[in-house]
Amino acid sequence: MDDLSLHILDLAENSVEAGATRIGISVHEAPADNRLTIEVVDNGRGMDAESAARALDPFFTTKPRKKPIGLGLPFFAQAARQAGGELQLQSLPGGGTRVLATMEYDHLDRKPLGDMIATVMTLAFARPDLDIHYVHTVGSQEFTLDTGELKRALGDRTLSSAHAIRTLKQELIRGELRLYL
Amino acid sequence: MPKLTIQDLARVRNEARQHIALREGGEYRARITVHMGTCGIAAGARDIMKTVLEEIEKAGAADLLVTTSGCGGLCSHEPMATVELTGETPVKYIDLDPEKTRRIFRDHMMEGHPVLEYALAEGSERRG
Ligand SMILES: Nc1ncnc2c1ncn2[C@@H]1O[C@H](COP(=O)(O)OP(=O)(O)O)[C@@H](O)[C@H]1O
Ligand SMILES: [Mg+2]
Repeated sequence: MDDLSLHILDLAENSVEAGATRIGISVHEAPADNRLTIEVVDNGRGMDAESAARALDPFFTTKPRKKPIGLGLPFFAQAARQAGGELQLQSLPGGGTRVLATMEYDHLDRKPLGDMIATVMTLAFARPDLDIHYVHTVGSQEFTLDTGELKRALGDRTLSSAHAIRTLKQELIRGELRLYL
Repeated sequence: MPKLTIQDLARVRNEARQHIALREGGEYRARITVHMGTCGIAAGARDIMKTVLEEIEKAGAADLLVTTSGCGGLCSHEPMATVELTGETPVKYIDLDPEKTRRIFRDHMMEGHPVLEYALAEGSERRG
């Protein structure tokens, strides 16, 4: 994975696979504190302590009928460590899952954030009944977008329509651009 | 703070009124599922999704459904997507790139003709 936005997409797809109907994604860029924090929280089925420990092990997956290696979480943990940070995984059976990664903002080996607009767009369509709550801060600037709110505003069942796609993209571009002005 | 305000939402809602599709009960004419497991993402699945969304926008379509799925076990042939016209057999497409995706969108999703040269051959399904 070349950038952090792809890791975030990968983590959130785990949440989708775990049956989540709501996923919170936060990206906090704090250059002044030399800190970048990424959090993905879901209301999916969660894991017990043993599975959570094994999920960080690159040779473990619970998914049947596929290669016996789950790589997403170990890859992301590696990306955090190589940037002077760490990854924490908290999960409860039936209580959802939270992945928190911290990195040094200015670390030479910190991967770039990449295209968060493409990541949020992709996740918005993952399942018709999934809502994404996205928060991105840069210093004291904040952008939040809730695809559930947007979907209700658009009228149900129209999210994959041309009009909805354009609206979502415009909201994301507008919000992301303002963060860096 | 650049946040989606109540006014923004009201504006979006008003715009949407004119666009709400005539579809009833969540019916759709065709569905595309882009495989979004770790292997798919690493191979470029997000760009495939982006291409699909752009094409829907360009076509002005309101009767298609887009979803994602996890790893289907054919990691060496990612990026992959499955297209299903309502009432017809799903077709799995392998080794995709944006160009192939545009052709599949046009020929299969819009015109109803599967693009056999990009499809996974019947019976060749195996785990990779
Ligand atoms: N958000 C989550 N909720 C529940 N289980 C999870 C979550 N994330 C990961 N897991 C579990 O950890 C395993 C390993 O995840 P991952 O490293 O992404 O590999 P993969 O998705 O390829 O199996 C998954 O198979 C799943 O059982
Ligand atoms: Mg995964």
